[in-house]
Amino acid sequence: MNSQTGELAGPPHVHHMDARTAYGAAKLGMWLFLGTEVLLFGGLFAAFAVYRWKYLGEFTHASKHLDWRLGGLNTAVLLVSSFFAAVAVDAAQHNDNKKVVRNLAITIGCGLLFLVIKYIEYSGKYHHGLFPGTAEWNSPEFNESYKCFFGLYFAMTGLHALHVIVGMIVLGWVLSLARKNRFSRKYYTPVEVGALYWHLVDIIWIYLFPLLYLVA
Amino acid sequence: MNDNNHDEPGHVVPYKMYVRVLVALLILTVTTVWVAQYDFGVMNVVVAMVIASIKAMLVALFFMHLKYENPLTWGYAIFPLILLTLLIGMLFLDNPFRVS
Amino acid sequence: MAESATGEKLNYLNHERGLWSWLTTIDHKRIGLMYLFAMTIFFFVAGILALCMRLELFHPGPDIMTAETYNVFFTLHGTIMIFLFIVPGIPATMGNFLIPLMIGAKDVAFPRLNLLSYYLYLIGAVLALVALVKPVGPEFFSNFLTWLGLTGPVDTGWTFYAPYSLESGTAVVWMTFAAFILGFSSILTGLNFIVTIHKLRAPGMTWFRLPVFIWASYATAIIQTLATPVVGISLLLIILERVMGIGIFNPKLGGDPVLFEHFFWFYSHPVVYIMVLPAFGIVGEIIPVFSRKPLFGYKMVCYASLAIAFVGFFIWAHHMFVAGISDKSAIYFSIATFGVAIPTAIKVFNWVSTMYKGSIRLETPMLYAMSFVFIFLIAGTTGVYLATLATDVFYHDTYFVVAHFHYTIQGGAVIGLIAALHFWYPKITGKMYNDKVARSAWFLVFVGFNLTFLPQFVLGMQGMPRRYFDYLPMFEPMHQLSTIGAFINGAGYSLALLNLFYCAFFGKERAPSNPFESHSLEWQTQSPPIHENFEETPVVTDWPYSYGVPVEGGGHH
Repeated sequence: MNSQTGELAGPPHVHHMDARTAYGAAKLGMWLFLGTEVLLFGGLFAAFAVYRWKYLGEFTHASKHLDWRLGGLNTAVLLVSSFFAAVAVDAAQHNDNKKVVRNLAITIGCGLLFLVIKYIEYSGKYHHGLFPGTAEWNSPEFNESYKCFFGLYFAMTGLHALHVIVGMIVLGWVLSLARKNRFSRKYYTPVEVGALYWHLVDIIWIYLFPLLYLVA
Repeated sequence: MNDNNHDEPGHVVPYKMYVRVLVALLILTVTTVWVAQYDFGVMNVVVAMVIASIKAMLVALFFMHLKYENPLTWGYAIFPLILLTLLIGMLFLDNPFRVS
Repeated sequence: MAESATGEKLNYLNHERGLWSWLTTIDHKRIGLMYLFAMTIFFFVAGILALCMRLELFHPGPDIMTAETYNVFFTLHGTIMIFLFIVPGIPATMGNFLIPLMIGAKDVAFPRLNLLSYYLYLIGAVLALVALVKPVGPEFFSNFLTWLGLTGPVDTGWTFYAPYSLESGTAVVWMTFAAFILGFSSILTGLNFIVTIHKLRAPGMTWFRLPVFIWASYATAIIQTLATPVVGISLLLIILERVMGIGIFNPKLGGDPVLFEHFFWFYSHPVVYIMVLPAFGIVGEIIPVFSRKPLFGYKMVCYASLAIAFVGFFIWAHHMFVAGISDKSAIYFSIATFGVAIPTAIKVFNWVSTMYKGSIRLETPMLYAMSFVFIFLIAGTTGVYLATLATDVFYHDTYFVVAHFHYTIQGGAVIGLIAALHFWYPKITGKMYNDKVARSAWFLVFVGFNLTFLPQFVLGMQGMPRRYFDYLPMFEPMHQLSTIGAFINGAGYSLALLNLFYCAFFGKERAPSNPFESHSLEWQTQSPPIHENFEETPVVTDWPYSYGVPVEGGGHH
């Protein structure tokens, strides 16, 4: 026996992969992608760690300009949204496409509410001149370590908000599939994979909230 | 790859579990706000990060079903965290010891 | 056997026809070829830029370009070669073509995602080309281009180091965004390969029956997936700093430029292994076939790939020894860097041991593979000087570094890719290349390459700094040797690739399914393979290197 196969040969080579392999592949693919997201945000967390160490006093002071009540409210909103994303998977596992639609609609609604609250926070910063490009920001009196804190704040929360928007689009697509009754306990890969992405967005915020609003 | 032999490709978690996890997450959120009033000095950030990590683990283990995943998924869930620790760790082997 | 309308055997090249069938294909083999086509163009563009620079350096003083143009040229040469050619490189071309064939699958795990990776690559390439635009024409138009940030070709070097990249008046935003998109493409390719190798292996294809190219590609894919995001965020931060005026890396705004270097090299050191690990895999495939001996120490070669990928994450700051990092971290990074020599040396040792007492056939792929081993030995040993703290202070930013990384990347990755193109050419095209032309091209490449870069080691030791367009007269002889070598090298690559293209389209000699009598799976199907790769799902019963006995169905050898 010389070649790798020898005499044996299997069935005709037609199917790409069976349903269970496809499900496992999709989930593994999403977990890998979440790994890349962790390292994408990881760069920002690493920068934050270094500058917080470097400018501890200034960071603590600058962080007082953030409203922990709005941040805390947003944390709760995202946790609730994550819960509904998780139970959307549960509903699909019980063949209930209607509940998948309902749960995902609530998840997306929470995402929207999160963005509205974020917008209120951002516009507050803008009015206080704590926003890049305002006259106060560009004035020489604006402390450079403040600039560092708020630069990181806007970079981190802005990138996170972008992920919230992407997550809402992904879940909106899953929702549209659920409305066509595409899911059953045998096939619910998009619900699960979409929810995985949403949970990661939640996890990122779980770290952002105390770092930016509470202990900085 | 899955060890259960039901029709479902993945693991079904009892609904109650999701509710309990959500309640725990909300309680931990209140806790982290509450403890932020007290000053533990350098431990402030440690306390906050420990609570955040417990929350993140709850989300990962139960909402994301990591608890029921195979070792491969565990590996690819943890390896990025090791790399991130490495990155941050090495930044702190550099920055505090620089000669200015 | 199914036949097409013209009476040819059906294969992946002729089962559908027309440009549209290529642009919308989700066949991994066709996507691999589309990458190859685009990358070849960029290889020649960046190569011509290099020849222009070599021409400029033939004499001291300005000859054919100004210093500013020279800055733009080396930036574009680096950026195009790195981001558009050698990072997608072997994984996107040979990886796409070979991975499903070698593991006995029909396609990669996510074929549509694979096509998306390709289009992201093209979008990134187009953005990089747009970034070359200079504000010209009527005033309103040039103002519009300036407003868009298209203020002329980038002159920062491919590394985009802060703070210059934050202040340069050129189109840095466009170029960094292009690199970001290309990184995204690379991530999706890596992710796809990891899932493919885990989930789609044919029955009986256990981990230790996988060809070493698969092991190397797997290790590469881990780096592609998990290192790229960190450079992604640092490039995004460069864009944010330039557009919004926040200060993360800019020392004027309280930032730390060395932090950018940390982030950049956290990706860009592992990325060296994205380039060269697949080439290791290719050499590991070619040497046993042409030595007719089992691959020596197969398991060690497999583990060494993973070890290189793993250790590669831990050693990035050896690029920053003179950047002002702390002594403690410099010592750590120097010691850790020596660690990567161990798995690399294991590989070199195993290739040479495979050849020992083998029945060696000096076919063109083998000539390239042996050149690879020779060149990589020099690349690796000169790396030791750069990993050593005391010597690096002297060699840093000299031609020694330039020579070292060209030995690694061009002598390693590019020659590995050319070796692969010759070795799998019969499988890809169903034709044979012109052997005489291929051998002469190899000779030109090998001689030209060494003539270009060996003198650069000497120049570096004499103190010639890199990225300078002018130099002291004492460096002239070595620069002239290097320039002559570069043109021979360029002629060699042109000849090799022209030969391959010409024979693919006009060649008469049909290739048998297994002309080199290899044992691995991709050679057990017809040449070129059918769209589904295999008529029947292969059932694997052996590892791919049991050489030493003649194989049935062999070709003309």
